Amino acid sequence: MSVMKTHAAHLEWGQLAQDAVVGSLKKLVPQHQIRNPVMFVVYAGAWLVLALWIRDLVDRRDALAAFTGTLDVWLWLTLLFANFSESLAEGQGKAQAASLRQARQDVQARRLSEARHDASSERVPGTALRPGDFVLVEAGDVMPADGEAVLGVASVDESAITGESAPVIREGSGDRTAVTGGTKVLSDWLVVRVTSAPGDTFLDRMIRMVEGASRRKTPNEIALGILLVVLTLVFLVVTMTLYPYSWYAVHYAVHRGHVVGITVLVALLVCLIPTTIGALLPAIGIAGIMRLMRANVVATSGRAIEAAGDVDVLLLDKTGTITYGNRQAAGFHPAPGIAKEELAAMARLASLADDTPEGRSIVTLAQQLFPREAQPLGADAVLIAFTAETRMSGVDLDGGRLPIRKGAPDAMRAWIGQHGGAWAQELEMTIQLVASRGATPLVVCADTRALGVVELKDIVKKNIRERFADLRRMGIRTVMVTGDNPLTAQAIAAEAGVDDFIAEAKPEAKLARIRAFHAEGHMVAMTGDGTNDAPALAQADVALCMASGTQAAREAANMVDLDSNPTKLLEIVHIGKQLLMTRGALTTFSVANDVAKYFAIIPAAFVGTYPALSALNVMDLSSPRHAILAAVIFNAVVIPFLIPLALKGVRSRAASAKSLLRRNIWIYGVGGLVTPFIGIKLIDVLLTWM
Amino acid sequence: MMPVMELDTALLVAAIALGWPLGRYMAGVYGTEPFWARRAAAPLERAIYRLCGICAQEEMDWKRYAVALLLFNLAGAVFLYALMLAQGHLPLDPEGLRGVGAGLAFNTAASFVTNTNWQAYAGETTMSYLTQMLGLGVQNFLSAATGIVIAVAMIRGIARNKAPGLGNFWVDMTRTVLYVLVPLALVFAVILMAQGVPDTLGSYVQAHLIAPFTSGKAVVTHQVIALGPVASQEAIKELGNNGGGFFNANSAHPFENPTALTNFLEMVAMLVIPTALVFMFGRMVRDDRQGWALLAVMLLFFIPLSLASAHFDLAGNPALRALGVTQAHAPALAGGGNMVGVEDRFGVGASTLFGTVATATSTGAANCAYDSFMPLSGLVNLFDMQLGEIIFGGVGSGLATMLAFVIFAVFVGGLMIGRTPEYLGKKIESFEIKMASLSILIMPLLVLIGTAIAVVTAAGRAGVFNPGPHGFSEILYAFTSAANNNGSAFGGLAADSHFYNVALALCVLIGRYWTYLPLLALAGSLAQKARIPASSGTLATHTPLFIGLIAGVVLLVGALNFFPALSLGPIVEHMMRLPSHPVVR
Repeated sequence: MSVMKTHAAHLEWGQLAQDAVVGSLKKLVPQHQIRNPVMFVVYAGAWLVLALWIRDLVDRRDALAAFTGTLDVWLWLTLLFANFSESLAEGQGKAQAASLRQARQDVQARRLSEARHDASSERVPGTALRPGDFVLVEAGDVMPADGEAVLGVASVDESAITGESAPVIREGSGDRTAVTGGTKVLSDWLVVRVTSAPGDTFLDRMIRMVEGASRRKTPNEIALGILLVVLTLVFLVVTMTLYPYSWYAVHYAVHRGHVVGITVLVALLVCLIPTTIGALLPAIGIAGIMRLMRANVVATSGRAIEAAGDVDVLLLDKTGTITYGNRQAAGFHPAPGIAKEELAAMARLASLADDTPEGRSIVTLAQQLFPREAQPLGADAVLIAFTAETRMSGVDLDGGRLPIRKGAPDAMRAWIGQHGGAWAQELEMTIQLVASRGATPLVVCADTRALGVVELKDIVKKNIRERFADLRRMGIRTVMVTGDNPLTAQAIAAEAGVDDFIAEAKPEAKLARIRAFHAEGHMVAMTGDGTNDAPALAQADVALCMASGTQAAREAANMVDLDSNPTKLLEIVHIGKQLLMTRGALTTFSVANDVAKYFAIIPAAFVGTYPALSALNVMDLSSPRHAILAAVIFNAVVIPFLIPLALKGVRSRAASAKSLLRRNIWIYGVGGLVTPFIGIKLIDVLLTWM
Repeated sequence: MMPVMELDTALLVAAIALGWPLGRYMAGVYGTEPFWARRAAAPLERAIYRLCGICAQEEMDWKRYAVALLLFNLAGAVFLYALMLAQGHLPLDPEGLRGVGAGLAFNTAASFVTNTNWQAYAGETTMSYLTQMLGLGVQNFLSAATGIVIAVAMIRGIARNKAPGLGNFWVDMTRTVLYVLVPLALVFAVILMAQGVPDTLGSYVQAHLIAPFTSGKAVVTHQVIALGPVASQEAIKELGNNGGGFFNANSAHPFENPTALTNFLEMVAMLVIPTALVFMFGRMVRDDRQGWALLAVMLLFFIPLSLASAHFDLAGNPALRALGVTQAHAPALAGGGNMVGVEDRFGVGASTLFGTVATATSTGAANCAYDSFMPLSGLVNLFDMQLGEIIFGGVGSGLATMLAFVIFAVFVGGLMIGRTPEYLGKKIESFEIKMASLSILIMPLLVLIGTAIAVVTAAGRAGVFNPGPHGFSEILYAFTSAANNNGSAFGGLAADSHFYNVALALCVLIGRYWTYLPLLALAGSLAQKARIPASSGTLATHTPLFIGLIAGVVLLVGALNFFPALSLGPIVEHMMRLPSHPVVR
């Protein structure tokens, strides 16, 4: 259970909503409203109608004043609803930022004069540290800044950042050197080279990201913004030119009725411009980042989230993502004349001294298959531990008279050869057979006789095949990256159902493949954690770094997974798609709404001049004023109704583009066409009642 | 109604049957691979380049392409303007016509250079043969070619992969005229002559009237019959979607459109190049389905609109019905229906269909008085243009505007499936949306603001002959026609005034260049992008679903803007059931 989720539980919706109400009122200042051009038009209209209302009051035109006043109230409500949705989304972010900020305390750091444990040191405040400084942290200390461990080994509690309560090991060499400001050292010590400037630590960036301070508009958001501004501009002209048209009709064409009122034109304008999407656009963007946070992923830019939706190639590390971390025993293949039970029993004995996960899996499998054969060792047994040099482990029974060994075939062959045994042809064939399946054969022998072969296999994660099939349906290719030989890689690739694989992969191979994909126009996502992954991470369009990764990898990546779970990439793709889909769906809905609003307002506005136009009143609305009010009220209330959708995102499923488009066109396009006809009619009925 | 449906079907079948091979031919003309026609005329083509100092291999980026286009059109306009002013001093003027006034000359030059062919004059009493041939006729070819090369550049932008250039403007223009327009016009002019269209440099003839009549106090015994090099002009007028008639009566004149067969062929001629361009598009992007999809969107609008127009006009005028006048669909009544302003050798059905074709294709030709259509038939004409000339549209420019709408549809559709939108492998980003918006934005603004200015100024209102909402429709029609470079005239509006000459010429110029320069920029940006390979996650742009989406976007983003204005014009005219029809002049 992660801290983020705990944080989410802290969010009290009542409090959040209260804050959001206050926030939405505070945002009613021109400086804020002008940032959203669509809503600024509503804002200007609301002030204009307010002035007209005062004029109506002064002129004592009571009936008209009541209409103008009511309309103005709804215009202001439209603005408040829009501000509310943004405040609510920001509030969620702030609540999370607040709990992150608790981790960012001002700490004293011990700055070293040079990178030695025993170098002279001085006490300085954490904020005085500059990149390149060396600090010493010991058990109980809080890490004063982001950095890279250069010396020492320590266990560190990173729960403040990652939410993972189990301590992690950080050491001065290898791939686990990255340390994060705000985390706590539990044992031992580290000498850390500071890599972040004050106020720009990983934690600071996370806080900024969720608070939205550094949230820049993403490319698609900008493009959509342009479209909305253009639509607003056109509708502005459409409504403004209606005044002269109406004036001409009244004074020259038919000499009847009154020229259309400014209030009515403002109402029409507000209804026509895409206020629904305009109001919810900021909230959708923030909500997208929040969804990512809830998945325990920190993106360094909103752009990366959007890119995730576009990715069509996933480079996935085999180990940890597709298969469980290590190879496991999957079967025993006895040599001719040997019972399977005997082979299993001997393999178990030989593996008791093997502490590697592979060794333990042999013991487990043997005990599972033949529980009765599991004998305890005699007192005189001598365990021979597995070492990388001998590449075998075993046990000497009966005071060394019965050596039992298990190990890699070539090591065992040499061992049997040394002890005068024979290497059977059948055994060699079994070894070849196992290897050809992509599995690892281990040979077990007792004394000088080979008993048979243990098959070690990569175990493909459950359900991973289905997820890859989902991805394929979404048009995303999966590429497995592994250090294994091509034969092994192919077998696992086939079992997991990936589209392609890179065998015997070196970091350069990854980089080269990403470049090749780019040249073909693909968008590539990958995960990585080591320093040698950094170039590939920097090249990939979506680069997810494990929180346990090195500083270099973190810097190169554009997302950090706090859970260090490589499978997370699949989730991120969904979140990215969901963000875009929500925007597209609400834009479509917003624009499709216009048809009904025209049919409500146009006959209402001109029926005085042209009574025949009442034929356009297809909703049979009760009166012109009710018709206009109903349209404006519908336009306002649809915003709060859609806030949950904006915050949660539309349902994203693993489906082909075709079926997604069909579904969304029906729901948001056709739905957007029909809903306002029903809604406006209902509101009109309510208005007539009251 | 049945004969209209048959005529409609025959027309579309003929247009597609001719457009398909022509589209393939044109793809070859503009392609880079060896092509038989280019090989055959290679010496001629090379001679033209040598003569004009054109380096045919040179690739132009969008800016140079646009500058070349602008300069070329500017030169054409200045030449045409000067020619009109000076025609009284030049040869080939058998009727001794004097120079054209400056305002009208400006309006006409702007109008012919932009393929609009709005005519605020009567050809037979204003333009000398020299002006008709060297000025208007030449621009009929060149403005059509300009429209086509815009589409070609736009298609190259989509089809090319990481290319810096869009092609060479001079080469594209030369090839368009040489390989496409001249051969087609030649064949069609000969067919028209065979059907009785004159083509002569001889002067007008005097005819003795069989039945002399008295006008005022004078007895009229003679009639002057205007002649001229008509067939050669008529052919390119329809093929190039120009629409500027040799005579004032345009295709209603028996010397422009003598028979039912020429009426049909002229409709086919208007449709054939726009249809071919759609197929050429499919060919050039190496996916014929994309061309068919665009054609499907066009037909989705064209077929219902053309039938609706015929339906309302064939239904006849309710005011006449109330007086007991028969408008029965009988051969003796030329097919019946609302015969006001209709040539009885064509009848109502063939006239409304001609109107739909002429307004949908930006030709703007007329074989009847559109002003006398029933309100909703007139609305169809207006609506055809207000859609942004995307139903077939002008030669080239129609396809280019359609592609701008497709970019919008792709954008919305792409977002709805959760991907950065792409069209045929090209990413649609903010620059593309900005340019497509700029292009599509300007037309409704010109129409709506232009109409607004006209109705509030005395100068604008002075041109209106008809009271009631029909007067409003007439002004709306004039600005719609000019801003869309259509040139179709509703009539009923005195357009040769200083106000309308200047206002409509400005609409024509802004409507042309503001619309298409951003599209060239868009093409330039698309050409530089790398093509993204398609997968099952890619939005397919040839499916019925996407065809529906484009149609929806065209309606919601484009046409819906005109709903209020149309409500105060033809819609209310219809609803009032007041036959506010003008008397035929």
